[in-house]
Amino acid sequence: MTEENLSQALPEQPETPKKPVKPKKEPRAKLYKPETPLILASSPHFHTRDTVPRIMWNVIAALVPATVLALVYFQWAAVGIILTSVSSALIAEMLVNRVKGESFTIPDGSALITGLLLALTLPPSFSLDGTALGSVFAIVVGKHFFGGLGYNIFNPALLGRAFLQASFPVPMTTWTWPLTARYVEVDGVTAATPLGLFKFEGVTSELSGLITGNISGSLGETSAIAIAIGGIYLLIRKYADWRIPLSFLMSTFLVSGAFWLISPESYPSPVFQLFSGGLMLGAFFMATDMVTCPVTARGAWIFGAGAGFILVIIRLFGGLPEGVMYSILLMNAFTPLINRYTRPKFFGEVRA
Amino acid sequence: MSESSQLHISTFRRGVHPDEYKNLTCHIPAQSMPLPDEVFIPLQQHIGAPCEALVEKGDTVKTGQKIADSSAFVSSPIHASITGTVVAVASFPHPLGAKVPMIHIRRDGEEDDWELLSTPENWETTPKEDLGKLVREAGIVGLGGAAFPTHVKMSPPADKPIDHFILNGCECEPFLTCDHRNMLEDTDRILKGMAIMMRMLGIKQGIVGIESNKADAIATMEARVKALKLSFKIQPLKVKYPQGAEKMLIDAALGRKVPAGGLPMDVGVVVNNVATALAVYEAVVDGKPLIQRMLTVTGDAIQSPGNFTSRIGTPFQVCVDAGGGLKDETSQVFMGGPMMGLVQYDLQVPTLKATSGIVCMQSSQLKNTRHYPCIQCGTCVSVCPMNLVPTRLSRLTETGKYEDCKEWGIFNCIECGSCAFVCPSGIPLVQWIRVGKVKSTEQQLKAQV
Repeated sequence: MTEENLSQALPEQPETPKKPVKPKKEPRAKLYKPETPLILASSPHFHTRDTVPRIMWNVIAALVPATVLALVYFQWAAVGIILTSVSSALIAEMLVNRVKGESFTIPDGSALITGLLLALTLPPSFSLDGTALGSVFAIVVGKHFFGGLGYNIFNPALLGRAFLQASFPVPMTTWTWPLTARYVEVDGVTAATPLGLFKFEGVTSELSGLITGNISGSLGETSAIAIAIGGIYLLIRKYADWRIPLSFLMSTFLVSGAFWLISPESYPSPVFQLFSGGLMLGAFFMATDMVTCPVTARGAWIFGAGAGFILVIIRLFGGLPEGVMYSILLMNAFTPLINRYTRPKFFGEVRA
Repeated sequence: MSESSQLHISTFRRGVHPDEYKNLTCHIPAQSMPLPDEVFIPLQQHIGAPCEALVEKGDTVKTGQKIADSSAFVSSPIHASITGTVVAVASFPHPLGAKVPMIHIRRDGEEDDWELLSTPENWETTPKEDLGKLVREAGIVGLGGAAFPTHVKMSPPADKPIDHFILNGCECEPFLTCDHRNMLEDTDRILKGMAIMMRMLGIKQGIVGIESNKADAIATMEARVKALKLSFKIQPLKVKYPQGAEKMLIDAALGRKVPAGGLPMDVGVVVNNVATALAVYEAVVDGKPLIQRMLTVTGDAIQSPGNFTSRIGTPFQVCVDAGGGLKDETSQVFMGGPMMGLVQYDLQVPTLKATSGIVCMQSSQLKNTRHYPCIQCGTCVSVCPMNLVPTRLSRLTETGKYEDCKEWGIFNCIECGSCAFVCPSGIPLVQWIRVGKVKSTEQQLKAQV
């Protein structure tokens, strides 16, 4: 838009002056005509190498450790769900591009992230057709109904998961042990998540299982360490705002810690809260989704703190054992408002 | 150097790190460009009132002769930069894009007769007012790029006491090295020029801010400050763009923040470029009006890049030829560096007082042209040195909400271009902000009528 090849549009001959009173002009110096015409554009003329696809593919790279562990722990179940979710997301994206008559946006990597993230939040025993449905919903409704990349209010993968949670409440909360787990249940298949165990049976799980991920839970959320490796990579490359995971985790720790101090018997410890459920995955990969989190530094702190608070309230007092999805979705809704009211102080601004 | 390395390298918050490309020219001593056959001297090369021509077609002029002036205070006279005959006073293409009134002079033979200003015997005892008049008569303006008349800067209102003078040797734009070469080759005259300016202001505290990528300049300046028994402090600064912007430099060197919408004098500081200090020395001691300056002719499309002392009004084509000419695949030519420079479509345009360089680029270096929607990544927010929200400002401008633009501080923007430089979506953020500034002003004016 700003780069126009104006030199071609320039007149070949000097213009004749319109005002007759003007003194006779010297013949105008001839235009410089290089082989390739000079390109006109407004400064700056330099650009970093960062582009939207580069950011997206880096996020995908950061998800590799969590994905690999999902494959190790849940094997064929994970392969099926991840492939189904990703391919349905890509197909849905392509079809929407067709319908909207725009160029194909698959290479920008954003649809792949949505598909992969959704897969990582699903229980290993979830059906493949349900997975495909959720993935299509995430792309079509979660992303494109709002205007496509950059315009969506809610994180599309989480919206897809919320849709599945509402549509298939039972399969969405039916868990299986990883095939590598040491414990084998009586029926050998179903197992409550550590959060579910605590909520409904008052049992706390071992921390070592929570960190390595050799426990029941959604595909990609079980291992805190795998998620943190990818997440820290994102933070170092500055493809995610470090304030968001930090404030999200800190807020979860502090709020749940306050309840734990009041009554250690009825509330789980803040450390357990930090490492269980989808918090790590949510804090590093969902809450930091650039499109749906605030752009200002103060906004990022508010966003993370709010999400942590909502999360603890849902986990402790809600009907569900887990609340990461709803806490982030709720804060997504606040993002435009947060952006509006957290205008940074201008350089040299004195505020009354 | 031992001392400077111990010094704390200070800087401002945020900003960006474009590739520097200074190695192309920073080791090459400046050469004198041959006298141009003809020059085109615009009647306005400064911020303020334009000048009226004092010569007519057919007049013969000497080098340094005043050929245009204005009675306004905020203005700066223009001098002939070669000895020759006035061919025309008419409109010619200007680096800003439009055609503006210029004085076209053609050189007569090889003569270079200077008409010098009358200088005081000893500037250390000359009254400040006389120095101010001399600086005005010499046509000196800020040579860093803004071209604000120096004599105006040197006479701040009485209610704005000044306590610090900062000499700007940052040169944070990629490619440009003329300030660097000046600091190495004309160290003493620059430092004395700075002393003259500080005498005009009646202040004792002077700081020279230099980016730490110019270690040799820092060392030379430090050694000469000691040798000349001056009390200036040499302040190494972090290599970061836009370190040379006045407000960023003051923040880095003194930790003072110029109030939003204010000027450096609001925090008691005057900032001048090294080339301006040199021009002041040459005017006050040598009696030379501002008719030449050093500029960098560089870029990957120039055959042999270098720094050149050239007469003001020299057509770009002559400067480019001095650098060995353009390569075939040249796609862009800017006046200034790649971050804030102005593109040219015609190499017949003349250099101005504030032209610090001509950068010629091949297409391989151009910014990416793939555009994506804004993904709200906030990178522009995290680099904006003025702490604005460029993504919002550009969107408000696009949607015509100019009132909101003001509320979100559009007029605080210094147009450094850091936002558009980093935007992964390739959105022309600073370009939109420029549009927004114009539109907001228009709306304001309309409201007043």
